[in-house]
Amino acid sequence: MIPKLSNAQIAWRAAQDIEDGAYVNLGIGFPEMVARYQPEGREAIFHTENGILNFGEPPAEGTEDWDLINAGKKAVTLKPGAAFFHHADSFAMVRGGHLDVAILGAYQVAENGDLANWSVGAGGVPAVGGAMDLVHGAKRVAVITEHVTKKGEPKLLSRCTLPLTGVACVTRVYTSLAVIDIEGGRFVLREKLPSLSLDALQSLTGGELHVPGPVTDLIVPEL
Amino acid sequence: MDKTVGSLAEAVSRIGDGAHVMIGGFGGSGAPIELIHALIDRYRATGHPKDLTVINNNAGNGHVGLAALIEQRMVKKLICSFPRSADPKVFTDLYLAGEIELELVPQGTLAERIRAGGAGIPAFYTPTAYGTDLARGKKIEEFDGRPYVQERWLKADVAIVKAYRADRHGNLVYSKAARNFNPLMCMAAAHTIVQVEEIVEPGGIDPEVVVTPGIFVQSVVCVTDPQQEEDLNRQGAHHP
Repeated sequence: MIPKLSNAQIAWRAAQDIEDGAYVNLGIGFPEMVARYQPEGREAIFHTENGILNFGEPPAEGTEDWDLINAGKKAVTLKPGAAFFHHADSFAMVRGGHLDVAILGAYQVAENGDLANWSVGAGGVPAVGGAMDLVHGAKRVAVITEHVTKKGEPKLLSRCTLPLTGVACVTRVYTSLAVIDIEGGRFVLREKLPSLSLDALQSLTGGELHVPGPVTDLIVPEL
Repeated sequence: MDKTVGSLAEAVSRIGDGAHVMIGGFGGSGAPIELIHALIDRYRATGHPKDLTVINNNAGNGHVGLAALIEQRMVKKLICSFPRSADPKVFTDLYLAGEIELELVPQGTLAERIRAGGAGIPAFYTPTAYGTDLARGKKIEEFDGRPYVQERWLKADVAIVKAYRADRHGNLVYSKAARNFNPLMCMAAAHTIVQVEEIVEPGGIDPEVVVTPGIFVQSVVCVTDPQQEEDLNRQGAHHP
């Protein structure tokens, strides 16, 4: 059994890189967890596609206001200094390059930064939402993901095999095993679980891991 | 000037077969449930309107609102970004059976296409979807060394939207994040029908806070205590 980080721990690690004052969009589902682990003393402002800046925690059950939801259609609350706006302004924030960070989930990420996270190919009902807009808008696009699929197949590949969400858009990947940057069309290993050898990590990765500098131990608190 | 109409039935009475209809809302937030249900009631009584092309972010949830409209087989084609929800069965079954057409559009592109329709801009370029299946067949052009996809405006015969308050001229304010696509759709339709909780006299809305100016609105109908899709779905409601 290979040791690995829980989803909460991956989210915690990604949260440590969000700067004070950053405007941030978190993808629906797993990436929403990143908001829980904001480091003390830093203030990030969260954006949701449906027209809110600076929303906060979910309300207590039974007190939901369904005019106050996030992109995942979950009820949220407002923080002081929140703002509402319509959908075209919301995506002007996205595509106009005004967001500092977008953190998204992934089916696959390629070493050239291609992302596949919206469709598993033929069959079923396709749905894209705002993912294709976000990957070309935010100044920094990061992915949080398990390092391999449930079947143990690599999710970090030399090229994506599933339909793309965006081309050459991802710059950092936080996985259950490592933190990997995408630079110059290559996977560059920055951090890995201390108990995992480089060879073991490489065997679980579909593209070549480059190690041009020091690799830090990926150490995350129990959550 | 007075754009108010006396009833929901009257408000939707002129929507014709084959109309392109923008329906406001994001999920249940800002969805004009009562106007949609009035349209369904008219169809059940008269057989019209049918063969609608509906533009909405989603494809309905449960068996009320947009999902109920689809369930009645009134919708021929749906243009949306995210046809999934907590209970998407109505749309999913018809789609997988090949009985409803889907045009899938990235959410920001959908918003901008509607905005462009309202602003008289026939096409624009965006980086969104470049290199993906959703850009297939579309014109690509490079600006400052970066490739962009050409997207066309979206317009409609009718928009049915929800706001919080209107004056008799059709100036609108919204409730919180229920604004979403509604102001854009008001601009992009030849005839915009709005349901609001409260209608006030001109001057009753501070001009500084008007979100949709009345020029974009043709009909206003009062629904004082609107239903919310999420609440209806928790009750397992169906329309009719």
